[in-house]
Amino acid sequence: MPRSLPQPARQGSLSDPTLFSLRLFLVASLAFSLPACRKESKVDIATREKILLLGNGGEPKALDPHIVSSVGDSNILRSTFEGLVTYHPENDMLHEPGVAERWEANADFSEWRFFLRENAKWSNGDPVTAHDFVYSFNRILHPKMAAPYASMLYFLKNGEAFNKSKIGDFALVGAKAVNDFELLCSLERPAPFFPDVVKHTTWLPVHRGNIEKFGAMTDSYTDWQKPGNQISNGAFMLTDWRINAQIKVRRNPHYWDAANVKPNGINFYPLDNNFTEEKAFRNGLIHYTYTTPENLIEDYKAQENTPLRIETYNGSYFYRCNVTQAPTDNADFRRALAYSVNQEVIVKYVTRGGQQPAYAFTPPSEDGYDPPDVIHFDAEKARAYLKKAGYASGADVPEFTIILNTSEAHKSIAVAIQDMWKKTLGIKNVKIENQEWKVFQQTVLDVKYDVARAGWIGDYVDPTTFLGMWVTNDSNNNTGWSNPDYDRLLRESALLSDPAQRYAKLAEAETILLDDLPVLPLYWYTRVYLLHPDVKNWNPLLLDNHPYKHIDLQSSKAAVSVKEGAN
Amino acid sequence: METLRYVVSRFLQSLFALLCIITITFFLARLAPGGPFLDEKAVPEHLIEQMKRNYGFDKPLPVQYGLYLGRLVQGDLGPSLGNKGFTVNEVIAEGFPVSFMLGISGLIIALLIGVPVGVVAAAKRNTAVDYSLMAFTMLGICLPTFVIAPLLGEIFGLKLGWFDVALWENSSAWFLGAVTLGLYYSAYIARLTRGSMLDVLSQDFIRTARAKGVAPVKVLFKHAFRGGITPVVAYLGPALAGLIGGSFVVETVFGLPGLGQHFIKAATNRDYWLINGTVTVFAVLILVMNFLVDVLQGWLDPRTRSNK
Amino acid sequence: MGILSVHLTLKNERLNHPNPRSDSRKFRMSSLSPDSPLTMHGQDAHATAHPAAPEKGSSLGRDAWYRLQKNYLAMASLWFFVAVVIVCFFLPLAPGIPDPNVTHPDLQSMPAFSAATSMEGTEVYYLLGSDHLGRDIFSRMLYGGRVSLAVGFLATIVSLTIGVVYGAVSGFVGGRTDAAMMRIVDILYALPFMIIVIILTTYFGNKLWLLFVCIGAVEWLTMSRIVRGQVRSLKGQEFVDAARSLGLSNWHIIRRHLIPNTVGPVIIYTTLTVPAVMRLEAILSFLGLGVQPPDASWGALIKEGADRMASDPGLLVYPAIIFGATLFSLNFLGDGLRDALDPKSSKD
Repeated sequence: MPRSLPQPARQGSLSDPTLFSLRLFLVASLAFSLPACRKESKVDIATREKILLLGNGGEPKALDPHIVSSVGDSNILRSTFEGLVTYHPENDMLHEPGVAERWEANADFSEWRFFLRENAKWSNGDPVTAHDFVYSFNRILHPKMAAPYASMLYFLKNGEAFNKSKIGDFALVGAKAVNDFELLCSLERPAPFFPDVVKHTTWLPVHRGNIEKFGAMTDSYTDWQKPGNQISNGAFMLTDWRINAQIKVRRNPHYWDAANVKPNGINFYPLDNNFTEEKAFRNGLIHYTYTTPENLIEDYKAQENTPLRIETYNGSYFYRCNVTQAPTDNADFRRALAYSVNQEVIVKYVTRGGQQPAYAFTPPSEDGYDPPDVIHFDAEKARAYLKKAGYASGADVPEFTIILNTSEAHKSIAVAIQDMWKKTLGIKNVKIENQEWKVFQQTVLDVKYDVARAGWIGDYVDPTTFLGMWVTNDSNNNTGWSNPDYDRLLRESALLSDPAQRYAKLAEAETILLDDLPVLPLYWYTRVYLLHPDVKNWNPLLLDNHPYKHIDLQSSKAAVSVKEGAN
Repeated sequence: METLRYVVSRFLQSLFALLCIITITFFLARLAPGGPFLDEKAVPEHLIEQMKRNYGFDKPLPVQYGLYLGRLVQGDLGPSLGNKGFTVNEVIAEGFPVSFMLGISGLIIALLIGVPVGVVAAAKRNTAVDYSLMAFTMLGICLPTFVIAPLLGEIFGLKLGWFDVALWENSSAWFLGAVTLGLYYSAYIARLTRGSMLDVLSQDFIRTARAKGVAPVKVLFKHAFRGGITPVVAYLGPALAGLIGGSFVVETVFGLPGLGQHFIKAATNRDYWLINGTVTVFAVLILVMNFLVDVLQGWLDPRTRSNK
Repeated sequence: MGILSVHLTLKNERLNHPNPRSDSRKFRMSSLSPDSPLTMHGQDAHATAHPAAPEKGSSLGRDAWYRLQKNYLAMASLWFFVAVVIVCFFLPLAPGIPDPNVTHPDLQSMPAFSAATSMEGTEVYYLLGSDHLGRDIFSRMLYGGRVSLAVGFLATIVSLTIGVVYGAVSGFVGGRTDAAMMRIVDILYALPFMIIVIILTTYFGNKLWLLFVCIGAVEWLTMSRIVRGQVRSLKGQEFVDAARSLGLSNWHIIRRHLIPNTVGPVIIYTTLTVPAVMRLEAILSFLGLGVQPPDASWGALIKEGADRMASDPGLLVYPAIIFGATLFSLNFLGDGLRDALDPKSSKD
């Protein structure tokens, strides 16, 4: 970590008797308890048995690929189901063949043919066919199914129309089984990145007989997804699911590549308290934590052979501004707000997880898209914009509120930003309001806020997954912002099949977004987590979708230093 | 005969109260903004409408209420909206035993600490022993569970390695959870025991016993203890109900799959049927406990039954 | 009647008490029903006589004050508590106390008694160190104390008033009214608190008075059950019959004779309510009700500190010490008050 800002000399904690004795106690008790650490921990046993123990954030809403939407849920589904194309273990720009052995597109990338391997099997031994995929696409797009993430399949021709009940016949949707092992997808418009899209959870197949044994195709709460009932086609199959306790998946003997599946199974633990998760890791109960508390990052960084991993992640943290009402309806005022936030300070001292200050909305990624470099802290510029917005000083700005969903991390960031606006612009009337999660979502949806905290994780590696939401009336826009030029540029980019031209158009659109600033970009996410040294072949991935079958477990000597943890 | 009538009338009253609770909860849950189908990434309006139809939320509220009561009578609490694929019956059946075990263990720990501390403090009234014991139990009240729970995990889990710090299956973390709950309730029980022991000790039969030269320890345990413990026994009912329903923090900190998490998560997920289900279970628990307490009280102290 | 006479003799032994009136006021508080979780005992021996009603409150107060003064621990607690209140409410007005909400992100987690210069060139002195945003912990504790003390007391008073009146009426009237009133309490006990809080905040916004309403609404329930149990036991006793035969109104009997006799358990429960309220306030701020950032309360500071105790123990230790010490002082003060108000239990 380059340290560009002056760091005050920190005085030794010796000057503080309370803290000193507390640390003394901790160190003493650590020495005392070393023998206890030597006994074989749960992680040691699991490594020997090749069972991966993963913290997984929270309890999944469901284990049905057509219902879920959260990252944690899809982690589990990626272990039990396999799509046409899957994630590469080392690089998200590369594609790993899944059920499809190979695929080809027509000249303008609007028609894709997937050739399925003939040895792909369901966990009951049935072959996986192109018909299974067509059935699954029908299921998720079916209006009665009301799959929350159905819009991921709007890439298919007529997918949106079918989902919105404008056409009733699924045969009109662009997904055909040419034969048992050839699937043809016709798209609404060219998509050179289509193989990236079909990696997503929503494109996973389900077993028709399995679904219909427990109810109709579109029933979303049947017993089919329970352990023992669920038939899946991935490297693993579901064997245990206890709410708020654990989910276990074990080797699927019928998986086509079973010989190359390294772990014997995975246990997912829905620990939604990140402090608990970190303690469980230090206690040798899990191999991997879903997150790491921000205040422990420095301690972990200081360790030798640290289990801490910090990796670039395909996400953007920002504030939405309500452009339909004062004071945030004034673009100059929004510019003043954006340029007065010192993003460097926020990532360095508040979030502390190696995040990058967001000079644009879309994070730069390896696929070649380079977002315009616009937003940088500039107090003079910010004050000039405030004047231009019609405020002689910050004191004249009417009261406005930042809303957030309750979380320590969001709170710290908001408090820091509130203080920066006060120091740089002299705005004293900024309030912060915590809201309960659903209340917060409803408030944002109804655009009944001034400034609202937000985050966005890209579903696949392409700038459209970030820029598409700012189109007029997009259901994720929620700022009231609308710009005809922006909408036009996005429409035009969709018709281009040459990546370079496409990216140029998108960058042009993003420049408009960054000039008008309905959003204040703050930082680009990183994944910050702890990984046990026994876990091998776990590589940094931009989308963080690790294909579990490649992950190996081998005992390592470093275990003791991990146990000593964050002291 | 009078007792039987009292019991029957109390039973009917409780049944009516239960109906009120179910009704109020049903409608209250619908008043909260942001329904069960809202998600972080916006779900298109037409899909939300369809989900409502799928779950029958498109019907007028009174009709939904009638249908719910109809199912409830048959013991069907409906599907969970936050744990799709599970019924509320299944969710509660999984969570209740965990909470019950936590609650009972916590209560036993609370008694094991609270009663002796209370008795000794009473016997040594207004001495340093009394003050320090009472101060010790006050710690359980002063330090909130969200401080004690991680602290216990840090010390007994990580430093000493005696217990696991999290998880349920093959894990000893639940014991730390029970201790956390126990410490909190032990403070109440200690104060309760001390107070009632003081009262008993000031009574004549104790004085008589003392005057006759019975050993102080024997006086304390043979004569005074039984009387002094009565209100503690009566306190166990409501305490157990509170322990079973109120262990959210402990369950979160130690990653335990109990009912307490469902109380909170059902509300934050707007999981309407799970909200109703958990509240119904909790209400039955409270009504049964209060009923038992009142009956017990009537039996112990006939005067309180003398209603006009 | 044998029991009664012995008891009276004992009381007479206390005639050497400096205030001769203390024996004439038969001020009983220890009657109990096991119904109430925090009553003092459950014996039958309080069929003891109640020859006269309590006298005027002023003499009661003076008398109790006298007895309280003899209890050094309670007096020390009282002075400590008064000092905490004065410091929290008036010290922030003094010059030199830093703004509790000014951040110095580069000066985070500074130790106690440290001086530093922030990257903006501001010179800062941290008496008790700084938090994760470089805010002054000492100053935040002072301002947080204002909120916590105010919430603790106002909410407790709300719950005390409702609980005592409701419980006393229910217990005194008895019969069907009592049954109905107690079932209402049962119903309120069981209602989902989370949902109610969410609804209230949504419709009324984050108002501080709402915090008092929410907390008061929860805490009075147990109090009412305790008082009702007491009153049910008391009303069968002779002094109530005597009052009634004198033609006193029900309300008068409840107010002058029954409520004062429940004071012991009520005080005990109150001393337990204050911490419960402060804790509830911390939990409510988690739900978005209560103090909003950047402001703090002790509960919120302890919550923040608990999350960071492994890396920065000071954040937890200092607020926890002041919070704990305040509660301890309240507790000992409560015990002292109970003893002072109840001659029988003052000295054996």
